[in-house]
Amino acid sequence: MATKSTYSPSNAFTRWVDSRLPIIRFTYDTLIDYPTPKNLNYWWTMGAILAGFLGIQIVTGIILAMHYTPNADLAFESVELLRRDINWGRILQGAHATGSSMFFLAVYIHIFRGLFYGSYKAPREVLWLLGVIIFVLMMATAFLGYVLPWGQMSFWAATVITQIFQAIPLVGESILEWLRGGFAVGNPALNRFYSLHYLLPFMIAAVVLLHIWALHVPGNNNPTGVEVKSGQDTVPFHPYYTVKDTFAFVVFLIPFAWFTFFAPDILGHPDNYIPANPLVTPEHIVPEWYFLPFYAMLRAINFNVTIPFTDIVLINSKLGGVIAFFGSIIVLFFVPWLDRSPVRSGTFRPMFKWFFWLLVIAFVGLGYLGAQKPEGIYVAIAQAATAYYFIYFLIVLPVLGRIETPRELPASISQSVLDAAGDEAPSGAGA
Amino acid sequence: MAVAPSIFARLVPAIAGALLAGGAALAQEQETPAFDQQSWTFAGIFGTYDRNQLQRGFQVFRQVCANCHSADLLAFRNLAEPDGPEYSEDQVKALAATFTIDDPDAIGGDRPAIPADRWPSPWASSADARAANNGVVPPDFSVIAKARSVPVEFPWWVFNYFTAYQEGGPDYIYNLMTGYHDQAPADFELRPGQYYNDFFPSKAINMPPPLSDGVVDYEGDVVPETVGQYATDVSAFLMWVAEPHLVVRKELGFRVLTFLIVLAGLMYFSYRRLWRDVQH
Repeated sequence: MATKSTYSPSNAFTRWVDSRLPIIRFTYDTLIDYPTPKNLNYWWTMGAILAGFLGIQIVTGIILAMHYTPNADLAFESVELLRRDINWGRILQGAHATGSSMFFLAVYIHIFRGLFYGSYKAPREVLWLLGVIIFVLMMATAFLGYVLPWGQMSFWAATVITQIFQAIPLVGESILEWLRGGFAVGNPALNRFYSLHYLLPFMIAAVVLLHIWALHVPGNNNPTGVEVKSGQDTVPFHPYYTVKDTFAFVVFLIPFAWFTFFAPDILGHPDNYIPANPLVTPEHIVPEWYFLPFYAMLRAINFNVTIPFTDIVLINSKLGGVIAFFGSIIVLFFVPWLDRSPVRSGTFRPMFKWFFWLLVIAFVGLGYLGAQKPEGIYVAIAQAATAYYFIYFLIVLPVLGRIETPRELPASISQSVLDAAGDEAPSGAGA
Repeated sequence: MAVAPSIFARLVPAIAGALLAGGAALAQEQETPAFDQQSWTFAGIFGTYDRNQLQRGFQVFRQVCANCHSADLLAFRNLAEPDGPEYSEDQVKALAATFTIDDPDAIGGDRPAIPADRWPSPWASSADARAANNGVVPPDFSVIAKARSVPVEFPWWVFNYFTAYQEGGPDYIYNLMTGYHDQAPADFELRPGQYYNDFFPSKAINMPPPLSDGVVDYEGDVVPETVGQYATDVSAFLMWVAEPHLVVRKELGFRVLTFLIVLAGLMYFSYRRLWRDVQH
């Protein structure tokens, strides 16, 4: 429902600009008079929150970069000095580190919201694909940034994560050395990681613009999953959603400020206050919490895949783990075509709901397991959760569309709002 | 925070992996007693440093720890800064002047320290440090209080998020200082020059018990001169060394949070008012 622009230039200058580069029109159509479904719930505020946090990360990051020294001998101390001797340095560094956690919290909520309400279905496939690309870029950026303070966890995370590429048959070793710029993680790796950590956020910003563009062609999905039918179903983005999104953003800033000011280290790992030492391996190498579900999937594959009835190893456990790790992301690119159900919103899909919440439990559980010792019952549970993650996307989504009988959909967004109000009225009258 | 050993033992260099496995196997034979949590004045959202405690802790650091441990990021001037031990500038100047700094630009190659100098390392090189300390370099103390932690099981660490308790480092240091045994358990083998400590990850620590009752002389008779008291004071001091701006940070936090909560309230009422006539 690409809507017609309602922008009319008010003076000669804006008319001149509009006929050459309609950038004011684009901004107006995107942020001011953009017809937005009126029934969006708070799960839909994550988009604005994410945009806000991208801004916070870029601004704090640029200032931190003014004081940071990307050299293996100086990096650790330069981060410590900026916390000790630079005005506001301690706040900026804490905000940047805590900000990444809040950023990922918001993006996970945003992704699961999309999965529940079927926001990836036609005509929003490109919107979803761009979102997955942003997520991949975010993961890369966060990992690269975590290496920069050059503590023990930084160094060993860089070592372990680059080693993932070693598992690729035939060319793995060459790729590993090419990525690191040497036989081991060292100064060349730190320098390129810094360069890329500065580059990727701007690529994210560019893809975010495409993401917003792709959003504004079909318009927002909404909790009913029923497309907008008339002007009655929508309100202008400004002021209705600017005020609601700002409210949600400010609320989201409260835990952000809590951690930044009162416990900036609690989300990190103490070992990262030990300067990087290639000769001492930390007893426990764990990634930041937001990578733990994927880390658990990587570790869950602890068995070799062999040709049946022989000892010939087709895929060893290391490659298997790497396939699970990358596969868990790649599968997201196919979700729009894997889900065969014509109904978007999980609200009207009685069976889907159960499978969806089981996916949430499995994902959160994997996050917990990623931080535990991979032994005993934990391994089995991680394997089961990993299996379910893939079963959900590869089997449940395609099959459910064929066997499930969805509930009756409301005629329109306005109708669903009226129905909901009608449901509440009797109980209100009875009270 | 719950932590996990690396399944990547097969991914990290084989030698390191083998060392690791050896250390882990040793550690598992002996039980670690429960860590003793102290009530730090600087814990939680209202926490601030106790100036007297930091001064006592500095005394312990200077007379005991600093004989072997460096603190490269600690400058003499820090000792006079607000929310720290808050010695007077003259005291710090006089203290600095008792140290000699190697300075190739000075006549004779060295000069007395000034407040802007960093705390000098007790060792000329890491090789010297290793030679004098049973083959290991005593770790630097600049951020040691944040580089250590005590294990907290699920779900207990979740509460720390709400109380903003991130004082696992000082807790670890306190327990390490008080966790020495005269004798290792019968089935535990110590190499020469090693000591048995309940709270050291491998139990076998190369540092001799640094504290004993009465080793540091506190002014007056109010504060007991015991190992436990020294350990508490020096742990607090090391937390300050690692986090010298903790008090300012928290004070600012209260202002920011107050602002955000008020702003959130205003935004909420704006939202309610705007949407008043929209059925949604």
